[in-house]
Amino acid sequence: MGEDTEARLDRIRGGGPARRHNARTIAALTTNPGCARRAIMDAAGIDKARLAAHIGFPSQFGQSQFALARGNAFEAQVKADGCAELLTLLRERLGLTLPEVAYTDLNEVGGNDAPKLRHRQTRQLLTRTDDPGTLFDHPLLRLPVGGRQVYLEPDLIAFQWKGQYHIIEIKSFPVIDGQADGKKVAAAAIQSAVYVYAMREMLAEAGISPTVVSDNVILVCPKDFSNRPIATFVDVRKQLTVLRRQLSRLTRIDELLDLLPENLSLSLDRDPADVAFDLGCIEARYMPECLETCELARFCRDEAKGSTYVMGRAVSEDLGGISTVDGALALARGERDPAPDQVEAATLLRQAWSIRTECLGSAA
Amino acid sequence: MSVLTSLARVHAYELGRAVPIATRRHVHVSDRPLVFVPLSMAGEANAPLACLVGSTPESPTMLVVPQPRNRDLRFRFAESLADVVLAYIDSFTMSMEQDRDQSVFTDAPQLVVANPSAAAFTRLLGRSTRLRRTDGPYPVAPSVPLLGRWLTYFAELTERPGSSTMLVMTTVLAAHWATGQSPIEDLNLAALVGWIDPWEGLTGPQAAAEAEDPLRWPPAGPATDPTFDNEVLAPLIRAYDLAVDDAGRARAVAALEQALHGQMEPTWRLLWRAIELMRKLPPGSSVERRWLRDRHQFTRQVEFWRDGGPPQPRRDHAVAAAQRLHWLERELEEYTVDRAFDDDLVMAEFRLSGEAFVGRVTWRDPTRLDTSGRRRRLRPHIVVATTDPVRLEVGDTVRSAVRPNQTARIVALSSPSPADPAHTDEPTSTRPVVEVTLELSGGMGRSLTPEPGSVPELGERLCYSSLVREPLRPVPFPSREQTPWTHGGPPEEYVPTDEDAGEDWS
Repeated sequence: MGEDTEARLDRIRGGGPARRHNARTIAALTTNPGCARRAIMDAAGIDKARLAAHIGFPSQFGQSQFALARGNAFEAQVKADGCAELLTLLRERLGLTLPEVAYTDLNEVGGNDAPKLRHRQTRQLLTRTDDPGTLFDHPLLRLPVGGRQVYLEPDLIAFQWKGQYHIIEIKSFPVIDGQADGKKVAAAAIQSAVYVYAMREMLAEAGISPTVVSDNVILVCPKDFSNRPIATFVDVRKQLTVLRRQLSRLTRIDELLDLLPENLSLSLDRDPADVAFDLGCIEARYMPECLETCELARFCRDEAKGSTYVMGRAVSEDLGGISTVDGALALARGERDPAPDQVEAATLLRQAWSIRTECLGSAA
Repeated sequence: MSVLTSLARVHAYELGRAVPIATRRHVHVSDRPLVFVPLSMAGEANAPLACLVGSTPESPTMLVVPQPRNRDLRFRFAESLADVVLAYIDSFTMSMEQDRDQSVFTDAPQLVVANPSAAAFTRLLGRSTRLRRTDGPYPVAPSVPLLGRWLTYFAELTERPGSSTMLVMTTVLAAHWATGQSPIEDLNLAALVGWIDPWEGLTGPQAAAEAEDPLRWPPAGPATDPTFDNEVLAPLIRAYDLAVDDAGRARAVAALEQALHGQMEPTWRLLWRAIELMRKLPPGSSVERRWLRDRHQFTRQVEFWRDGGPPQPRRDHAVAAAQRLHWLERELEEYTVDRAFDDDLVMAEFRLSGEAFVGRVTWRDPTRLDTSGRRRRLRPHIVVATTDPVRLEVGDTVRSAVRPNQTARIVALSSPSPADPAHTDEPTSTRPVVEVTLELSGGMGRSLTPEPGSVPELGERLCYSSLVREPLRPVPFPSREQTPWTHGGPPEEYVPTDEDAGEDWS
């Protein structure tokens, strides 16, 4: 990526430090890869929550301090004393026979936490395949996203044993009688897949086969209602396929930027109405699922008023891809002649409308 | 979803209020439901924080756990909740009646919660309390494991398609109305009720927008608003922790109660408002029959535990799981057919998919005899003209809810012809007409002349469909001792262990 792009993105952000991508934001990209607005905001490192508040659509993504405290406490507990508890688990799950395992924290390099340095250190250590067994905490990985190198600040441990790496993800949602919340497991799986992917990329650069990183990640969660950890293998092959496809599909940021007005800026120093106008110049692809993952979703929902997809993709599919509420109703009532590609949809809509009206009588 | 409900959604969007997708109520609504609004502490597996519970809108019982991480306080909460829930359940075990050869309680309990998360919370609260012991290392009050069994009972029945033992309100409302928002947004009870029955002077979308503001409408739970957690709850819990004497603790508890009441009370009111909305809908005719099944289920469960039956295991064994799945599938089929027969608007789905049609009788031969066999048989023919998109074929069997004992076989289908206004309900309709010739058998008496009224009259409007309501029959499954090796062989007998009983709840 050229200096131009970097400068352009900085200008769009309009000062202030850039927010880094993390596994969570990359995972979110894969849920709605067609959204140029999100791609640009993430590439420019924009604080979407503050932007949303600035233009009058505050997001509701607060995190409870109770949840944070619980998450941190559980992680600290599992990692305490050189990951003693974690090792006990690994011995059971991997049939690990080693009496001792080394622990390396890559959080900083000799007191320096500059990303470049940390990444180099990570690469140096992780490309050694003769290691007898080491837990690596906080390795710093790097991944090209939309033509831009992104550092990942993972809060994970990569465990190397017998020449194979396992990604270990610690989450504080419980596994009760062998079952956990499906949504949370899915989110953890896609995030772990981002790490597996990034690590494989890094090893590939060093000429090491990607199969060295196992596609079975180890998910560590509290067991039942207790604080005791339990480890479960999660196969992320499917997530890796999705991720690979979506990342390759992500339009290059340069190409997206070419479509935008030269002086576009989302700076929080500007008047909210102007920012909202500029935001409207970047194409979005709103769907209700965005409400759960994107801080700007309420703005986009408001902008999408009158379209059928604000009610969900299933609705617009059911209606034969007719994209506006007015259009669908006009076709259903027979007030508008369908375009050639709408004939089939229009017939179904008219039938549905007349059966519905008939059933409801005057109540319709 | 379907074309009809999606069309209803865009219509609701245009109108700015929800529109019906059912003309009948398909669930039973108790005269005295137990409404339960639980709140949990964020980040914990299943830490109750507070709840409102009760069977009359005016007088809920409020329970609060001042320090949700304290195990003793949690069990005290479970004990107090058990007092309310068990007294409520007991009140249904006073009178019985005879249903054929079985005794059944005259009514059964019904638990009402706001949304699927509240149902999941209820299930977990049941799971975390039902395996406790009243003796041994971590004894609890006898009512606690009993509460757990009943909460598990309720929660498990939410999966049963035709059961009304536990109503999950957002699910129930969304099955009867379509809003102009997405199903994800329908999970917000306040927004959903706002679309259906907006408060004074507001449109549906305005009410829904208000409902998204946690200051006006605190979340229906069990998860609390994170800002409330950080700004209100955390300082209050800290005050409780720091209190040095009973008076201080009492003050802290009072402050917590007031704050938490403010978070739960709006949901409490919404739930009763939603119950009223449901009561206004006329019930489908099969609702009572399904509720009778709920009553039998309740009766069996009471007797099973009275006779010393064990709590529900942590997991079903293979045979029980297969049986359960089988019943769920059968009940889903049955419930679908029941609803269609009860409700024109549900039947409309099948008309649109071509599995059902509505039309008028345009020709009849009520005394037609089939003489092809050795005995002559009464097989009247009728022709029904319909504008529905029929996708049935000659030879298919259809039935009408009006004459359930009569089957009709399609013997001829005309090709669609331009509409004849005389034969359709809508004079302006331009939809093509299909003439369906039906051969009737059954439900006409024993002689070769049909009983009066048993053959549809000329001009009679009828709905025929290929839907069949088959009675639920038990299917042979192996006994648990004969679980095949493919399913792990016979499982060990489940005995609640000390480990289950003393399980951490932290």
